[in-house]
Amino acid sequence: MSKERKIKVLCCKPGLDGHDRGVKVLARALRDAGMEVIYTGIHQTPDDIVNTVIQEDPDAVMLSMLSGSHNAICPIIMDKLKEHGIDDVLVAVGGIIPDEDKTFLESHGLKGFYGPGTDLKTIVDFVKNNLKR
Amino acid sequence: MTEHDKIKQDKEEWENSISLKKERKQSFRNLSEIEINRLYTPNDIKDFNYALDLGFPGQYPFTRGAYPNMYRGQLWTMRQFAGFGNAEQTNKRYKFLINHGNTGLSVAFSLHTIYGIDATDPRALGEIGKEGVAIDSLKDMQTLFDGIDLSKISTSMTINGPASILLALYIVTAEKQGHTPDQLRGTIQNDILKEYIAQKSWIFPPEPSMRIIIDTIEYCAKYVPQWYTISISGYHIREAGSTAVQELAFTLADGFAYVEAALERGLDIDDFAPRLSFFFNSHNNFFEEVCKYRAARRIWARHMKNKYEAKKPESMRLRFHTQTAGVSLAAQEPENNIARVTLQALASVLGGTQSLHTNSFDEALCLPTENAVKIALRTQQIIAYESGVTDTVDPLAGSYYVEWLTNKMEEEAENYFQQIEDLGGVIPAIKANFFQKEIANASYKYQQEIENRERTIVAVNQFEQREPCSVPLLKIDEEIANEQIRKLNKLKEERDNKKVNEKLERLKEAAKGTENLMPFIIDAIREYASIGEIINVLKEIFGAYHEDSIY
Repeated sequence: MSKERKIKVLCCKPGLDGHDRGVKVLARALRDAGMEVIYTGIHQTPDDIVNTVIQEDPDAVMLSMLSGSHNAICPIIMDKLKEHGIDDVLVAVGGIIPDEDKTFLESHGLKGFYGPGTDLKTIVDFVKNNLKR
Repeated sequence: MTEHDKIKQDKEEWENSISLKKERKQSFRNLSEIEINRLYTPNDIKDFNYALDLGFPGQYPFTRGAYPNMYRGQLWTMRQFAGFGNAEQTNKRYKFLINHGNTGLSVAFSLHTIYGIDATDPRALGEIGKEGVAIDSLKDMQTLFDGIDLSKISTSMTINGPASILLALYIVTAEKQGHTPDQLRGTIQNDILKEYIAQKSWIFPPEPSMRIIIDTIEYCAKYVPQWYTISISGYHIREAGSTAVQELAFTLADGFAYVEAALERGLDIDDFAPRLSFFFNSHNNFFEEVCKYRAARRIWARHMKNKYEAKKPESMRLRFHTQTAGVSLAAQEPENNIARVTLQALASVLGGTQSLHTNSFDEALCLPTENAVKIALRTQQIIAYESGVTDTVDPLAGSYYVEWLTNKMEEEAENYFQQIEDLGGVIPAIKANFFQKEIANASYKYQQEIENRERTIVAVNQFEQREPCSVPLLKIDEEIANEQIRKLNKLKEERDNKKVNEKLERLKEAAKGTENLMPFIIDAIREYASIGEIINVLKEIFGAYHEDSIY
């Protein structure tokens, strides 16, 4: 058996958006790919998410947003992580993210941006290849 | 030899004599995982009894349609769901839709309105006006319907947790226009059970939520008799990843739960049942969708008559709105969605829908632009006026396949009703995460089948071209949110706050008891209490709901 530590991923739904089909499917796919997955459920505030990151120490945080609130909420999450000195966690955001918002989100340290129709394998590989630790 | 034996024998001979091409797939299954045979014959519907299973349209068991001459008499209502930004912007979109032949309004609300929180609440950050129109108070509602005569149009409001409050806002807005509640026509979704099951925009726990819903049913039966008090919705169950059979079964099970709750309140079934309506999804598998609608009408009629002992035929008649499946829209080559939506819309028309929303092709990317909305509405008009499918009622009836599949879906739904009953009913089944797990399993399986290419989505997992998409997108101005917050703060300064507090206090007292809450909510609305303030008062008494985060 491999002594390697499993990749630990936190899947979250920030904001008021309740569209959770995608994030639940993704959580299972990451689990089936051998990762340890924690799903926070919906309605997570930036503080909720940052507190969970502090407690659980995941390698990656996958935010799922389909309501258009990404530009308002994602930078706050990133700032709060920084305030707590957390800079070695991969933070990705998927859902309905228009192309023109991607540069803005990238400038705040977010990556990923996988939308409808993405292969789960693509996202699994993305997580494996983009970890910061 | 009986006719059935003869067909059986002939079919065997046929299968032996012909040389079949190697079939493209090992098995052909619809989206509910029902195995579809190569050919259907009278033997697949051996016990078929025309009078008992189909009857005539507009008559029990309503399999062939809710009304006798269906679209020959009146076409379905073309009701495009719309709402974004603030009340001024959406009011303009409504006038645009009315000018292009939209025959009913359908309001999409901002997420903060859906959760019953004010625009000023920190949790509303980034959400205001993004998924629908921002409404906080009577002021916004008056702007939303400015210049639209509420005694002339029917309005559907997709709202659940705060449905009673939005109904009150509509009643008072009409009152300000000079209309009485008995003139108003429309629907509130008001279906909280599917929120716990699928859509997740709940506020209170199930029991007090059910009380408020029965309050609205009771109130409307007396004062707003033309209003559809609840739109029992499978749409969101399907969008959350369920199969068609699950959508059918869980939605009707929710319907039975509302009927039982209203009967428990002491209401007469024939007083309220005619004002219940349904809302279904229309997904990709054409015949599966048609049969789902036909089965839904028959199941509802049979249960209402036999189990709940309704007497009036209108109590047994299931009417429904359809929306094409948002979840089926692809972000890749989005124009292809126009073809998908056309087929989905056609299925709902051949299934006998009473009203229809066709999705816009750009909705996997953003809220729809005006041009995309117009194409979606035109799609309905082309089906209605050009295709000829509206010339006769239930044209697919009598097809061996269609009748077999309708029977099969009814049978599978009945199996689910039994499982739900064994768990103690809908609310205990929600608390046991039964629906949530069933849906999560189905949606993961579907996704895997797409990834394994067992199911084809054109230009997504077959025939892909990796070209960047270039449809114009609708952006919501971030300034809308700030303006909404300023407006609400100003309103709170200008209104008579002493009166507002009085009304809210009285509502709170009423919530502690068993009185119908509608008159108290209407009183608070008249004094310009905000939706968030009313919800907060009720939360103090009813508490809030939290779900288990399973996946």
